[in-house]
Amino acid sequence: MKSRFFWHAVILGLLFLPGLPVIAEDLLMARVPMTFPEAMLKLQSTLKKYNHTLSRVQRVDIGLTAKGYKTDKYRIVFYGQADEIRQLADEYPQLIPYLPHKIAIFAEEEETMLVAVNPEMLFQADDPNLQAIMKKWHNDLQLIFKDMRQE
Amino acid sequence: MLCRALLLLGLSITAITSQAAASKSGEELYRQHCAACHGYDGNGGVGVPLTLPDFQYSVTNNYLKATIRHGRPGRVMPAFPSLSNADIKALVKYIRRWAPGKPFRYPVTPVLGDAKHGQQLYQQHCMACHGPLGEGGKGTGLTFSRPRDLPIIAPALNNPGFLKAASDQFIKATLMNGREGTPMVSFLKQGLKEQDINDLVVYVRSFEQNPLPKEQKPLEAKEATIAFESSYDLKTTIANLKDAAIGNNFIIIREQTLDEGLVEAGKENPQQHIIYFCNFGFLNQALAIDPRVGLFLPCRITVVEKDGKVMVYALNPSRLSPLFNNSELNKLCHEMNDTYVSIIEDATL
Ligand code: HEC
Ligand code: HEC
Repeated sequence: MKSRFFWHAVILGLLFLPGLPVIAEDLLMARVPMTFPEAMLKLQSTLKKYNHTLSRVQRVDIGLTAKGYKTDKYRIVFYGQADEIRQLADEYPQLIPYLPHKIAIFAEEEETMLVAVNPEMLFQADDPNLQAIMKKWHNDLQLIFKDMRQE
Repeated sequence: MLCRALLLLGLSITAITSQAAASKSGEELYRQHCAACHGYDGNGGVGVPLTLPDFQYSVTNNYLKATIRHGRPGRVMPAFPSLSNADIKALVKYIRRWAPGKPFRYPVTPVLGDAKHGQQLYQQHCMACHGPLGEGGKGTGLTFSRPRDLPIIAPALNNPGFLKAASDQFIKATLMNGREGTPMVSFLKQGLKEQDINDLVVYVRSFEQNPLPKEQKPLEAKEATIAFESSYDLKTTIANLKDAAIGNNFIIIREQTLDEGLVEAGKENPQQHIIYFCNFGFLNQALAIDPRVGLFLPCRITVVEKDGKVMVYALNPSRLSPLFNNSELNKLCHEMNDTYVSIIEDATL
């Protein structure tokens, strides 16, 4: 008897634990109400805030401009936690092309756009361990995007 | 006792947090899910403007709800299957703040007319903007893709999401009144008769019967990763891949380890090696169609040696077009797919 009530209570509590809503979006997008240079700085500090290391910034616009194409500011920001990335690449090689994590950041006039893929949609795995990893990866992205939208 | 207390605790947490979830305001939802494309002020961007009075007063709440729920498959506007009905209601309420007042209500009667004549009129008056099959203009909204010949790109009319959301009478009202402030003018003022407009509505409705042409269909989702085992050692595989990329008109732009920048310099793992290569003409073309694909460009192949095996990994471009919900990317994704496979096969077999 006791255990039944107990588990009901726990399960109910868990079900409605506050957290970010689970929305099955394929892509995460955010419009950052800042110019590109401001948004870039803020992204760097936001990644740090969530304990991620920025490993590299790929300057897509510079490459294009050098080849004579016109483009607005466009970068890809790579980030992660060294141990986590090493472990993921080791245990789940199918993730390798998507590691380290990345966010595209580009100017749209006076504002800046962020785009990242929702890993939970990309890898719909049965493996509960992998599911948990994807959930964390997605959750971190949601937190980063939320901060970037200045909410 | 204990279990009662726990049950109550559980219930009260439930009550508190579900209240919190329900109180997620329309504004919050809009900022999170819509503003990236339609702008914080609703004036449009990747998506069309949502603020224009002629738009607001001509659409019903059901049209807005259905559009959010089903999106516009293959036309960038995502479907939101996992938003609750309450969320969608809150969103609609928020969108309605931009034009207070009562939206138009339509009779549910279907519009009757002559589809053949409608087709002729369509070719004369609509095709230039909405495309020969009603597939919409190239690009979307206000800012998506270049070059742009209209301030707002005409939406797709043969889109299953649009046809599901739009009633006959709504389409008719749009044609009769036009939308001031957009390239969509009133065709009554252009000299068409009401019966002509009825014929056009019947023709637009008939798009429902035609299956979407292949190039407009969203691609089926596949495995996210392409993986090949190489028959060579790490060094040879890397050299082969570079040769093969160059042979396919790419420039090698960068090589690095997977963990570069994450671990201390000198401590990187050389057995996970990334090669970046690019064809700038292709990159420019891809970004012009959908700037978001930069997320997966320039091209990248990763070579990994583990337990004496050499593996080659790349993302699967065919998986990307459905992710972006943009069928204009289909062709590009196929091309990219073929390129990856041919480079990797050249290098590993
Ligand atoms: C000059 C270009 C142009 C022409 C010609 C044109 N349209 Fe449009 N149409 C547009 C644009 C742009 C919009 C989107 C307006 C907006 O942002 O609200 C639109 C919107 C619409 C809509 C509403 C679609 C939606 O998703 O809300 C319908 C229906 C429509 N047009 C049908 C027609 C038909 C039928 C014709 C021919 C009689 C026609 N249009 C001619 C540019 C055009
Ligand atoms: C990834 C970009 C994107 C996102 C995110 C997005 N939309 Fe859209 N939306 C579009 C595009 C593009 C169109 C026009 C489709 C076309 O051109 O055929 C559109 C069309 C619409 C329309 C129809 C407008 C008309 O004239 O009939 C409505 C309503 C709408 N969106 C509402 C929303 C709402 C509400 C949200 C958030 C829940 C949202 N959209 C999220 C891109 C987006």
